[in-house]
Amino acid sequence: MLDRALAVSLLKDMLRIRRFEEKCAELYSAGKIRGFLHLYIGEEAVAAGALRAFGPEDAILATYREHGHALVRGIPAGAVMAEMYGKVEGCSRGRGGSMHIFDAKTRFYGGNAIVAGGLPLAAGFALADKLMRRPRVTACFFGEGAVAEGEFHESLNLAELWKVPALFLCENNLYAMGTALERSEADTDLCEKARSYKVPARSVDGMDVIAVMEATAQAAAAARAGGGPQFIEFRTYRFRAHSMFDAELYRTKVEVEQWKPRCPILTFTNRLKAEGLIDDPALAAIEADVADEIARAVAFAEAGSWEPVEDLARHVYTERAA
Amino acid sequence: MNDRPATARTTYREALRDALREALTRDERVFLMGEDVGRYGGSYAVSKGLLAEFGEERIRDTPLSESAFVGAGIGAALNGMLPIVEVMTVNFSLLALDQIVNNAATLRHMSGGQFNIPLVIRMATGAGRQLAAQHSHSFEGWYAHIPGIRIVTPATLEDARGMLWTALMDPDPVIMFENALLYNLEGDLAAGAGAVDIDHAAVRRPGSDLTLVTYGGSLHKTLQAAEKLAADGISAEVIDLRTLRPLDMKTVLGSLARTHRMVIVDEGWKSGSLAAEIMARAMEEAFYDLDAPIARVCGAEVPIPYPKHLEDAAIPQVATIVECALRTVSHRA
Repeated sequence: MLDRALAVSLLKDMLRIRRFEEKCAELYSAGKIRGFLHLYIGEEAVAAGALRAFGPEDAILATYREHGHALVRGIPAGAVMAEMYGKVEGCSRGRGGSMHIFDAKTRFYGGNAIVAGGLPLAAGFALADKLMRRPRVTACFFGEGAVAEGEFHESLNLAELWKVPALFLCENNLYAMGTALERSEADTDLCEKARSYKVPARSVDGMDVIAVMEATAQAAAAARAGGGPQFIEFRTYRFRAHSMFDAELYRTKVEVEQWKPRCPILTFTNRLKAEGLIDDPALAAIEADVADEIARAVAFAEAGSWEPVEDLARHVYTERAA
Repeated sequence: MNDRPATARTTYREALRDALREALTRDERVFLMGEDVGRYGGSYAVSKGLLAEFGEERIRDTPLSESAFVGAGIGAALNGMLPIVEVMTVNFSLLALDQIVNNAATLRHMSGGQFNIPLVIRMATGAGRQLAAQHSHSFEGWYAHIPGIRIVTPATLEDARGMLWTALMDPDPVIMFENALLYNLEGDLAAGAGAVDIDHAAVRRPGSDLTLVTYGGSLHKTLQAAEKLAADGISAEVIDLRTLRPLDMKTVLGSLARTHRMVIVDEGWKSGSLAAEIMARAMEEAFYDLDAPIARVCGAEVPIPYPKHLEDAAIPQVATIVECALRTVSHRA
């Protein structure tokens, strides 16, 4: 039996991501958000479930599809939305946009838009904690496309060689932009690749928020206990296009529709209803809360300001006393 | 009584090692990692003995995974350490370019100034040892193209001894290029030698007829050229840039304002080179100080070849610097 408060909180986190991103898509069409916008819709269970395993001292690294992770980690929705707008009130002062959400307060280190570019950093974060004997772990999210990059292999080997407390969390949504896994990997078993470096690996249903939460908690505990790096493959699916420029020529509408019944929010809501943990009025109340949070985030972003052009070159280097 | 400061005979290599030892001793956040820095003692023997002295936690041999260990250095720096990453040579640093350019150089600006990356990356650079095209690159100028990182090029014993600590205390990533021909450079170093500034170029030889601007391994060839020019009655001022980014143009242009003629010596390829950048800035900022076109002695635009006579012809030499300087001082408008 699930704990009701925990279950409702997980459901709410997934809904926050879903509704936030639906609003982002709308704002993109309205020209309020520009550049690239990579939506996480369909994959919400991964961020919502996995991030439960980490405390405020742990470090989180993610990819350019990281709005969900940022929200669940606790970066205020207004600061994330203002970042999408490019406003100075954004969590990266508007300089990174959708792909580069950073927040020192919550130890959220991006927002890396080079596939696999965050993995070496994660190995270094975890090395620092190990050297300083801090009881922390580092969580690094990446897509399955990263597995084809050399940085994946170099980083897993290095992390295991040095037994550092890093979690390599692979969100396998089956497509690296438009290239299906079986069209890019000679061996599509991702866990085998991690195991070839002796990194403990497991594959879980990334559409099941409870399975994600439990697997990540176990892996985090193992890393925290000195077990070295851990690898988890979350089998998930992206319902929307890769980015707003994607015509989705590489997969059929039928395939997407076949995945829809596995929507993590739909299935979890049904489960909670079946177990009597939530009813329609309670669900409506959560939706209303979420809608209110997003409305306030949009208002915050709208009311935000543009960084003065005179500040363009600030922070290329650390400002120092003259 | 001898009131001269005490000095000790040392080499560039030993000065670098003393700097590493000092850093490791002064701050527990400092550690060294790279290919063969531990058991082997460093491919140029710079870190020889440090493993025994500081242990495997702080002197870390890495696999041949430039991207992973350079990236790990960036991550460790973001997470409170002061890492020194040794990439065996600049040639192999190309395998870590993603981490250097996309992460080390960008994260501070892109995050709105939230993070510091107090990382030092050291690497050997340069040609002149008959190692052929893949082991003879000079990419310091290339790296100096990138905002967000600082580039230093110690060319003297003092700088080999003193730049590392200052670079480590700098809150931003610093890449230190050590010209491989300098490791055996020998001389006297003051007993109390320590940290030096990494903001300013240095006048290594004062002069009044022309300014020779250089850095790194070419400094000593340029000083020899200045000596030969002096025998011909030409007084050449030699400037060692020391830091390639940010460039100390004030020192360069101050010299040019006195000599009105300038030659730049740069082992990098001429097209799009650091030498080109200095010429452009001199033209932008000091056009009316010039009595002659600025000239350059650069690497020939070829992959550096193996045979000695061809390699010699491909990089700046004392004779080519002297010739170029003579042409420049004899130029009449």
